[in-house]
Amino acid sequence: MPYTSYLRAMLAIIYREMVKFWHQRGRLLSALVRPALWLVVFAAGFQNIFGVSIIPPYETYIEYQEYVVPGLLGMVLLFNGMQSSLSLVYDREMGLMRLLLTAPQPRWFLLFSKLMAGTVLSVLQAYAFLVLCAVFQVGIPWDGWLYALPAMFIGGMMLGSLGLLLSVYVKQLENFAGTMNFVIFPMFFISTALYPLWKLKESGAEVVYYMASVNPFTHVVELIRFALYGKFNGLSLAVVVIATVIFFLLAVRGYNPQRGMAKMSRKPS
Amino acid sequence: MNNQTTTPTASPVALSVKNVHKSYGKTKALDDVSFDLQQGFYALLGPNGAGKSTLFQLLTGLFVPDTGSIEVSGIDISKRLTNALANIGIVFQQPALDLDLTVQANLTFHGRLRGMSTHEIKERSHDELSRLKIDDIANKTCRTLSGGNRRKVELVRALLGRPKVLLMDEATVGLDPASRDLLMNYVHELCVERKMSVLWATHLIDEAEQAEQVLVLNKGKLLEQGNAEQLCIKTQTDNLLDAFLQLSGETVKPTETRQI
Repeated sequence: MPYTSYLRAMLAIIYREMVKFWHQRGRLLSALVRPALWLVVFAAGFQNIFGVSIIPPYETYIEYQEYVVPGLLGMVLLFNGMQSSLSLVYDREMGLMRLLLTAPQPRWFLLFSKLMAGTVLSVLQAYAFLVLCAVFQVGIPWDGWLYALPAMFIGGMMLGSLGLLLSVYVKQLENFAGTMNFVIFPMFFISTALYPLWKLKESGAEVVYYMASVNPFTHVVELIRFALYGKFNGLSLAVVVIATVIFFLLAVRGYNPQRGMAKMSRKPS
Repeated sequence: MNNQTTTPTASPVALSVKNVHKSYGKTKALDDVSFDLQQGFYALLGPNGAGKSTLFQLLTGLFVPDTGSIEVSGIDISKRLTNALANIGIVFQQPALDLDLTVQANLTFHGRLRGMSTHEIKERSHDELSRLKIDDIANKTCRTLSGGNRRKVELVRALLGRPKVLLMDEATVGLDPASRDLLMNYVHELCVERKMSVLWATHLIDEAEQAEQVLVLNKGKLLEQGNAEQLCIKTQTDNLLDAFLQLSGETVKPTETRQI
């Protein structure tokens, strides 16, 4: 019986996020325009400047446009993870978060359900972007679409957990833009989304190289990159899973009134 | 103060608050607050900043007390929060409806969060909406509703889980007098009919006067508990407002709206 109760609660939260997303269809458009611009304008422009040699998982020379697709899928997941976080802050300001947290379900489970809802939306948007890639005739193997599903899901969960964690510390919507700048841009640019690690090392940017190596977003991108070509990257999976667990546990701790939230909360009006 | 004053009916304790302290930094929001609620309509009377909202945050597990304990139907909220929350219905001071969803969708979402089946949710929400004579708005988007109807929907939502304890945190703020009376009378009716314990936080004297018991809270301290008449006798005053002023030592002049 409790399992049915859990399932009903989780499905309700996922359904609500879907309905909200449906009401804000512009979100899908902006989620697609951003990576599409990178794919069509940036990648096409730099096609002949960035030569990408044959590195795993690729078995042959690939065009830069193809190289950049996993990074842009990661970008879709990253932005939606942060968007989910923004929606949590909005819910808190509107009082809806309070309603959620006073539901008779374990708090960690309610937060996990929120995370699942955000992840489902992230993955759906990532697939919409893959459709766009197909329209622009960027050569991604068709079977890769299927292999990439678990990789994008776990990647979406990691970035969603990070968003959840950020929502603990960001108390007002106005502070959110700044926080996003400090998280999204460094995470995206100091990663393998736009250029492979060896390029960074070769160009002498040793510090950036090491930072990119440990950046969990790099591992989300690499996990997706390998999966798209039917290959498995164990190291990236381990990093992504560990980062997901850490971010999520810290977020749950932050929402626990006994440990984190009470200390950080302002006096209620 | 004596917390053992006469309670509305001799029934089991639905909500028990014992020696609760809560501070925000150096500010004491609640200072050694203790009371027991049985079945009946209780008003929590206090001016803005008295600690009413803090108390409600503690009762719903959003915050934890620095010291002291809270039990809902005998369940310690610090140990079994989920079970305790299953017995509570709450209407927060700040309206919390998803404005882009319909009334029914809001109720369904809340019911499902409580683990209720679709059938149960539909049946109960239809019953509650009909009783409040607002069943015609079930498919309307909440954004299109008047303030009064939004509050009624929030009350229906709080009642969906058939709570033993109903917490109303200044639920009539912003409502016109007619809507206020309607909401209050309805909760009074439910209180008797469903044998609920209602804690109605307010800073309006007229609302507190209608309660079977009044808990007077000021500056985080529970000053007194009793019905309006008992409080007047204790303070040797003629009305509840004067009784409050006497108890709290405040010098606020009575206003036409009879707010504290």
